[in-house]
Amino acid sequence: MAEWIAACAAGDIDPEDVIPFGHAGRAYAIYRSPDDTYHATEGHCTHEQTLLCDGLVEGGVIECPKHNGRFDYTSGKALGAPVLVDLRTYPVKVENGTVYIDVG
Amino acid sequence: MGKERLQRYSLAGPENQAATAAGLAGADWFRSDVPRKRMKELMRRSDYPAIRDTVIWLGLIAASGGLAIAFWGTWWDLPIFLVYGTLYGSTSDSRWHETGHGTAFKTRWLDEGLYQLASFMIMRDPTIWRWSHARHHTDTLVLGRDPEIAAMRPARLARLIANFAGLVDVPIAFRLMFLHAAGRLSPDEADFVPEPERHKVYRTARIHLAIYAVTIALAIGLRSWLPVLLIGGPRLYGAWLLNVYALTQHAGLGENVLDHRLNTRTVKMCTVNRFLYWNMNYHVEHHMFPLVPYYRLPELHEEIKHDCAPVYPSIWAAYREIIPAILRQLRDEEHYVRRELLPGATPLHVPTPANDGRGLPLAAATAA
Repeated sequence: MAEWIAACAAGDIDPEDVIPFGHAGRAYAIYRSPDDTYHATEGHCTHEQTLLCDGLVEGGVIECPKHNGRFDYTSGKALGAPVLVDLRTYPVKVENGTVYIDVG
Repeated sequence: MGKERLQRYSLAGPENQAATAAGLAGADWFRSDVPRKRMKELMRRSDYPAIRDTVIWLGLIAASGGLAIAFWGTWWDLPIFLVYGTLYGSTSDSRWHETGHGTAFKTRWLDEGLYQLASFMIMRDPTIWRWSHARHHTDTLVLGRDPEIAAMRPARLARLIANFAGLVDVPIAFRLMFLHAAGRLSPDEADFVPEPERHKVYRTARIHLAIYAVTIALAIGLRSWLPVLLIGGPRLYGAWLLNVYALTQHAGLGENVLDHRLNTRTVKMCTVNRFLYWNMNYHVEHHMFPLVPYYRLPELHEEIKHDCAPVYPSIWAAYREIIPAILRQLRDEEHYVRRELLPGATPLHVPTPANDGRGLPLAAATAA
């Protein structure tokens, strides 16, 4: 069941960047692509639980700041060692300048 | 002593569980505060620096290799092979390292291509060592967890010295290549290489062994050492510089600490050494922020140097500390080099009371 949560203002994220978001004890990462589309994944790398919000966002990929594990942040797909497990992704919508994610 | 020491550093020994129980495995490490905007600038990649440096590097290897063939049988070959062998057998280490992190090039296939080539040259399986190095970054100098501790405490001195001629690394590399080609891993490797990745290890070992078999067959067919001196051999006679550089990274420093400012050195080096070593001398910076490509590390150094221990002004200065520390550790295994942070630096990161930096074996300490 959908549970839309207001996460941040659309302008809080620079193009091609990521910010952290916490809700109900869980960490999320919210991305803004160069084309101004917004995406959300779980906040920790699936390899060793490092927060992804300090990582590098480039070309649709988030790279973990600890071991350089790479994920497609639009699909959550792990792109090779040392990350083998995909990230969970969450639906995102932008309404009236606010980014909402469905954490349901 | 020998067996006990090996067990302390083994990933398959009791220290692994002890480190995990003490909260030292996969722990939270200190990082200096660098504004996100600045970090984004520093993390940005470009193909140009690594393409330029790789063209020069491969060009030097090809030129010195060509000269070695041209002057084969003359005394000129001694200095020529010294250059060729050092470029092949030592500086492939830094290329392996940077491309293994995936930070050298912006274009992925360039990075992966150089990683495969450098892995072959340095005689490291590209899959095993990607995982090994990830663990080294997770648990740097944590006993029972870090598979890349170069100098144990006390050091295995004869092996350290012999390895300046590759006499430890190369036999181990071939033993492991045969093991992997047979479809098996060592117990330590099994601790950090996930099952789905292992088939790559077995396949690569068979390819590498096939290349060496062709090289040896050529040497026998031509009745000449030349093929072996050009392929594989440099990992022996050209390995000296690799070890000169590598020991500066962590040797003699504190174990089981969660702050790279305590267990890692940044050493100032001249332009030539920085080209050969691809700026790996900025090692504290690299461990703290592994996403920063080698050509941006000098800038990162400027950002965080106030927050670290003093930098070593030269390789010589580092060795003036390393050699006495290693020699003293032969008699006193609790000795280590304690790094003092600069005034005003963020205080030491000591999230667990289990260790004060001496790196005493946790399992033994618990038993006592």
